[in-house]
Amino acid sequence: MSHFRIDIRQRAEELVALYPRPRSAMLPLLHLAQEQDGYLSDEGIAEVAELTGTTPADVRGTASFYDMFHLEPVGKYVVGVCTNIACLLAGGEEMLEHAQSTLGCSVGGTSSDGLFTLEETECLADCNIAPVVQVNHRYVRTTTPEAFDQLVEDLRGGRLDHDVPPHGTLIRVRRSSGLRAPRAEVAAERAEARAAREERTPKETK
Amino acid sequence: MATLSAPRIVSSRSEFSDSHTLTRYLATGGYVALHKALSMFPEAVAAEVDEASLLGRGGAGFPAGRKWSMLRKSPVSYLVVNGDESEPATFKDHYLVERDPHQLVEGVIIAAYALQVTQAFIFMRGEFALGLERVQQAVNDAYEHGALGRKIFGSNFSLDIVVHPGAGAYICGEETSLIEALEGKRGFPRIKPPFFPAVTGLYGEPTVVNNVETMSNLPWIINNGGAAFAALGGGRSTGTRLFALAGRVKNPGVYEVEMVKNTFRDLIFDPQLGGGTIGDKAVKAIIPGGVSAPWFGPDLLDLPLGQDEVAGEGSMLGSGSIVVMDEDTCVVRAAWRITKFFSRESCGQCTPCREGSGWIERAMYRIEHGGGRMEDIDLLLDLCDNIAPGLTWPPQQTTICVLGPSIPSSVHSAIKMFRDDFVAHIEHGGCPHD
Repeated sequence: MSHFRIDIRQRAEELVALYPRPRSAMLPLLHLAQEQDGYLSDEGIAEVAELTGTTPADVRGTASFYDMFHLEPVGKYVVGVCTNIACLLAGGEEMLEHAQSTLGCSVGGTSSDGLFTLEETECLADCNIAPVVQVNHRYVRTTTPEAFDQLVEDLRGGRLDHDVPPHGTLIRVRRSSGLRAPRAEVAAERAEARAAREERTPKETK
Repeated sequence: MATLSAPRIVSSRSEFSDSHTLTRYLATGGYVALHKALSMFPEAVAAEVDEASLLGRGGAGFPAGRKWSMLRKSPVSYLVVNGDESEPATFKDHYLVERDPHQLVEGVIIAAYALQVTQAFIFMRGEFALGLERVQQAVNDAYEHGALGRKIFGSNFSLDIVVHPGAGAYICGEETSLIEALEGKRGFPRIKPPFFPAVTGLYGEPTVVNNVETMSNLPWIINNGGAAFAALGGGRSTGTRLFALAGRVKNPGVYEVEMVKNTFRDLIFDPQLGGGTIGDKAVKAIIPGGVSAPWFGPDLLDLPLGQDEVAGEGSMLGSGSIVVMDEDTCVVRAAWRITKFFSRESCGQCTPCREGSGWIERAMYRIEHGGGRMEDIDLLLDLCDNIAPGLTWPPQQTTICVLGPSIPSSVHSAIKMFRDDFVAHIEHGGCPHD
């Protein structure tokens, strides 16, 4: 019995097929598991292990290395406030403090309505609009306390549903094509091209 | 005044709001270079890049052409593009993947053709949700357009590109760590030697890893020739480069300027670029190439933006990020925050990095927050020296990768340049700026 919904399972199998080795699909599959459950559930981890030919312990051990994977449930919106150097110089710490008071939770915590989880992030590479705030890894570009409060209200009211999908949904554009050729055929063509090149270039003398 | 006569090579479509679409790309010369490249022998394409003497734009500045040619004796299996831009205050690759994803894709196809690989991966920071969507869309469109897939544009060359999301780890910008992540593992940098993935890369096979900006330069180089690229800039630093300017400046942003012909002062103060500091304050210090780089004082503002020029003064142009701190900036707080970053992002494999970063961070924290002791200053210098013996730049290596020896840069710079600020913090019992 698959824990993944039928569409997620299909996308998962497509992902595994993209790579020369199934384990390479680990990070994309974990993102997919988060898309379905909002975090990495035991069942999601077990299914990723099955798809990658590893064990749940292996998957958990890999996932725990990466900041974007949550091994415990989080809010529908994970709000990240950057306080790294460029944001520090633009009031990032003050923004983080303000976010804590608006959301009523501390860094790493979730608001009482379960909607928001607050994180202090490292540099998010958008330093010209600092301090940087991301919600579910979407840049929301709110740099003042007032704009932040408005953002929270808009998210609560569902007015940003199009721009900010629920936590876990990362890439909404699905791969539509592929090489669609037997690997052996492509490899043969490559060998042919290489032979032709060697013909053109004089051999190096050792 | 800045010298702004050079053509825009990688940011030529910045005026268009639809610069990320195939329609706009084709209307502005897109995929012309790929047609041209496919009509050339692969080694002739590589020779153009060699002639351009394009230095890698990721941080280490290794010549891209040499990275490719080192491999010619054994066939390359994979091309991996490093789009894991995470060096604090660096945001040029973010700009490129969101604003001109087709230029990147075309560059990757050209590089893959030169190297004769049939499988490429674009590894991108997971936090770039929009960038991931735009590059995936560009790959989809390129397939539709016949620029990717089987027998590209009717040639005998086939290629697939997989867009691969990271998941939040600074260390994955280190190429061997990136490869581990691409193999579905924890992003632990690999033990060297071998020093280059070119020898043992993805799945143990020869792999070329190039940065997003490096790839984005290729369509222009093929269209205009390597010599035209090499004619720009100066010395070993040819062409233009994207600089990410951040901190206490009026107009922070990504600016493409000709290398060497412009100085830090030009970039920070030219009205068409940074526009000067906020409130016209005096510059206290700048970080010239990402937070791994040792800092410069205002005395070096007239240094040209060139790789060797910056290296000659004991720092690096690195990732092309420049952070400006003004007279009101608390350098203790700035250096503390940078160390906190390294402490958080250390992968934990090597003792000097894992333990040293946390130790320095705690000592910096207590100085900034009122618990500092006068002997902490020398303790910090000693810790720095233990992680990067001699405190030279480039640093002595005590760890598997360069994250470790990069930790001391900011703290050592801050103490060396502004020791009085540390003393003031300790005597004042906290930050005098608070």
